[in-house]
Amino acid sequence: MAKEIDVRGLSCPQPVLLTKKAIDAEEKEIMVIADDIVARDNVKRLAENSGYDVKIEEKEADFVLNIIKK
Amino acid sequence: MPKFKPAWMVLLTGGVFGIFFAVLVKLGNPPNMGTCLVCFIRDIAGALRLHHIDKVSFLRPEIIGFILGACVAGLVAKEFKAVGGASPILRFVISAFVAIGALVFLGCPIRMFGRLAGGDPTALMGLLGLIVGAWIGVLFLKSGFMLGRTRELSKANGWVIPVFALFLLILLLAKPSFVFLNPNGHAPIIISLVIGLVVGALGQRSRLCFVGSIRDIILMKDFHLFQGIFGFFVLCLVMNLFLGQFNPGAHPMGHTNHLASFLGLLLVGWGSTLIGGCPFRQTILAGYGNTDSGMSFLGMLVGAGFAHNFMLAGKPSGVSINAIIAMIVGIVVFLIISSTNRVR
Repeated sequence: MAKEIDVRGLSCPQPVLLTKKAIDAEEKEIMVIADDIVARDNVKRLAENSGYDVKIEEKEADFVLNIIKK
Repeated sequence: MPKFKPAWMVLLTGGVFGIFFAVLVKLGNPPNMGTCLVCFIRDIAGALRLHHIDKVSFLRPEIIGFILGACVAGLVAKEFKAVGGASPILRFVISAFVAIGALVFLGCPIRMFGRLAGGDPTALMGLLGLIVGAWIGVLFLKSGFMLGRTRELSKANGWVIPVFALFLLILLLAKPSFVFLNPNGHAPIIISLVIGLVVGALGQRSRLCFVGSIRDIILMKDFHLFQGIFGFFVLCLVMNLFLGQFNPGAHPMGHTNHLASFLGLLLVGWGSTLIGGCPFRQTILAGYGNTDSGMSFLGMLVGAGFAHNFMLAGKPSGVSINAIIAMIVGIVVFLIISSTNRVR
């Protein structure tokens, strides 16, 4: 079961900060829901730099980032 | 699959801004000021008579351009979205103190790097203050500081700041008697406006942020945004050398009160970290729908008015006792806001 993080409506750098907490807790699967392109890009960059694969789906106005440990 | 921007966009934005910063001084903007966000918001406050210091009163086309450039870029990229509601009045207060801190030091983070690129050593204490301020902000972020979530608002909300910028442009061109426009100390209006539009649009695309750069390094050793500062500093320095504007040791329009410089930019670094971006980033965000950043912009405008009405702003001759008191008040206010807005 992936750890779910809802970062909708959060401004810089909260989305990255919350994702980083999950990464630091060595979660293997993380699902981040974002509604902002900046948050989406920043979370993706952090996850990729931390050794995770990122797949992004667009669901209505939101982005769902499926982050999985390589 | 969504497209992602490589870091060269940040580098390009910083570099272009650095070149224009130096060029605008050559064309008539105040030396060592170039294109300072807070100084120019202060000038707009003066033009609108929110303070009455004639020398620093002008409707700066660069600021108008930043907002409108970001607005157009946001519309083209389909990123214009009216959002807000994450503690707007706290953002207003924080931003007012950010403006006061910047005006005590005499410069926002951009001007601080511009001053360094012009050879001004007194800006170094500002840089140190900015880093320490961002570090304090990061400590509170790590301990759960949060200003809440934004929500989507009606479109009209997002248009308030761009329409305000358009209104300022009309006033600048029509020159009605109720605004005061200092005839000196600025580059040709059309050039400043075009440069503002270009940098504003690039800022929207790249998300360049001068405090975010430092914050991201402290928080997670991420140098993505820092490339913007690097590009800005290097090309501004090269341009200053080329234009004969590099004067090592000189500090035109700066002062030598190092403690005030340190505390001024400490407030800027701390406050900007709390509200999620430097004065430039706030201005850009306000241009494409973020009404919380719109409140930050208005907070800086009012704070800049207070800074001159209460004699807080630094001068080449020094810094007043009022300024030191205002900065202590600012630190206390930031401490209260930082520690009372934490979620676990």
